[in-house]
Amino acid sequence: MAEHTATPGELYRAEALTRRYRDGGREVLALDSVDLHLDRGQRLGIVGESGSGKSTLVRLLAGLDRPTSGRVWFEGTEITRLPERDLGVLRASVQMVFQDPRSSLNPRMRVGDIITEPLRSRLVRRQLPAGTDHQHRLAEVLEAVDLPEDAGRRYPHEFSGGQRQRIAIARALAPKPEVLIADEPVSALDVSVRAQVLNLLTDLVASQGLTLVVVSHDLMVVRHLCDRLVVMRQGRIVEEGATETVYETPATAYTRALLDAVPRIRTSRG
Amino acid sequence: MKRAQLLTGLVLVALVVLTAVVAVFWTPFDPIRVVPGQRLLGPGWPHVLGTDGFGIDIASRLMVGARTVLLVGIISVGLSAVVGVPLGLLAGQAGGWVDEVVMRLADIVYAFPALLLAILLASVFGASTLTAMAAIGVATIPAFARVARAGTLEVMASDFVLAARASGTSRWGIARRHVLPNIAPLIGVQASVGFAMAILAEAALSYLGLATPRPNPTWGNMLRDAQQFLFVAPLQALWPGLAIALAVLGFNLLGDGLRDYLDPRLREVP
Repeated sequence: MAEHTATPGELYRAEALTRRYRDGGREVLALDSVDLHLDRGQRLGIVGESGSGKSTLVRLLAGLDRPTSGRVWFEGTEITRLPERDLGVLRASVQMVFQDPRSSLNPRMRVGDIITEPLRSRLVRRQLPAGTDHQHRLAEVLEAVDLPEDAGRRYPHEFSGGQRQRIAIARALAPKPEVLIADEPVSALDVSVRAQVLNLLTDLVASQGLTLVVVSHDLMVVRHLCDRLVVMRQGRIVEEGATETVYETPATAYTRALLDAVPRIRTSRG
Repeated sequence: MKRAQLLTGLVLVALVVLTAVVAVFWTPFDPIRVVPGQRLLGPGWPHVLGTDGFGIDIASRLMVGARTVLLVGIISVGLSAVVGVPLGLLAGQAGGWVDEVVMRLADIVYAFPALLLAILLASVFGASTLTAMAAIGVATIPAFARVARAGTLEVMASDFVLAARASGTSRWGIARRHVLPNIAPLIGVQASVGFAMAILAEAALSYLGLATPRPNPTWGNMLRDAQQFLFVAPLQALWPGLAIALAVLGFNLLGDGLRDYLDPRLREVP
């Protein structure tokens, strides 16, 4: 069944992933037999217009949804049909950052409790070294994302949008994951703080040795963060390659259109 | 305007609570002992609201009645919340067939006439405050279950629950840390409105002789006692009627006021 030997360094492999939804009476094909692989240390960008299936894809990778057909392997183990209680390794190693920190942080929990919640989960706790001190880890990740030490005692609404996204990133870092999946990490933020959050992500990926998956409709974001690029359209992967290659010589008209949608600043020469 | 509503509700409810508390320690006259020489006195001194057909001080009986009203409200609303909220939470969190079964059961209880249940309990166990509380409590379980389920569905769709799932937080942890604190305001509003309903139901049941029996005073059985003297001493029926109306109004206003106050979409911009 799960006969698959991981090549060295391979983290994720997905084969023929398909996901159908029922929306009222209409059937929606969100993902149409997608193949994907991801090696340790890679920084993968997934781009495409809204409805192209990119969020569906990362939710399947994170084990938050099950495919209609197809398989996903994580570190050589097929996770597609595993029951929740056997997903411990995945839950400890893969963390997500969502688009809008206004809705991804529980308004009725203190920031400290939000960030240490992953450490309290039974599945993750088993994977951590014994005697991991929550308060100590909280202080570490708060420092890593440049938030004040006393932030843990306050509530999310006391912070600005950019700071809230830092809290969400701190929560994702708390269980020392290997993979960080960021679904549109800056598109809900003010333009003025986007760069800060992007730079923070870049620094963290480098300093913590993270494997990164970034979903975005904004090619600038992906270009900044990623070394490999996957372009999606209507549930399929239409183009794949090194970021710069895709940028310089887009193979499909769709990718060219996506690139052209990015506003450029031209310097006029007389 | 909205604030005035909430304040009026609070004042009326506080009045009922205060009266009930005072009645535990002190009433102007004995609320139970028959005084043959003082039947059907009009309002005056020392019997401020007059006396009833047994020569008992009406004000004293009203005060003790407030105690019964609060007791019935607290116990029956408590019963239906303690049973209904976990059921609604379960239905909303589990979904699928669990949801179907729980909610169809709630529909059945909802469709079963509460009055019939009260008659049934009274005829089996003998009419008492306890049977009235049980009947009212059971009849309002579906209301709590529905409110809890609707709130749970909304919270479960939020990103912070997705984030909690991504880090392996158990269903129980999600229910306790995420769902319950966020639906608590909804439950509070439902409890307040349910309290008003319970007061009305208790008054109706004791008027019909299906709840607290004489000589213990309740507003409902005072109304019934007053009925036979309606043409001789019409004011005697006014007092318990007024008490019921004001108490019900108070809890309803409090519930509506809380709903508006807690719903940020309806909150007035100062």
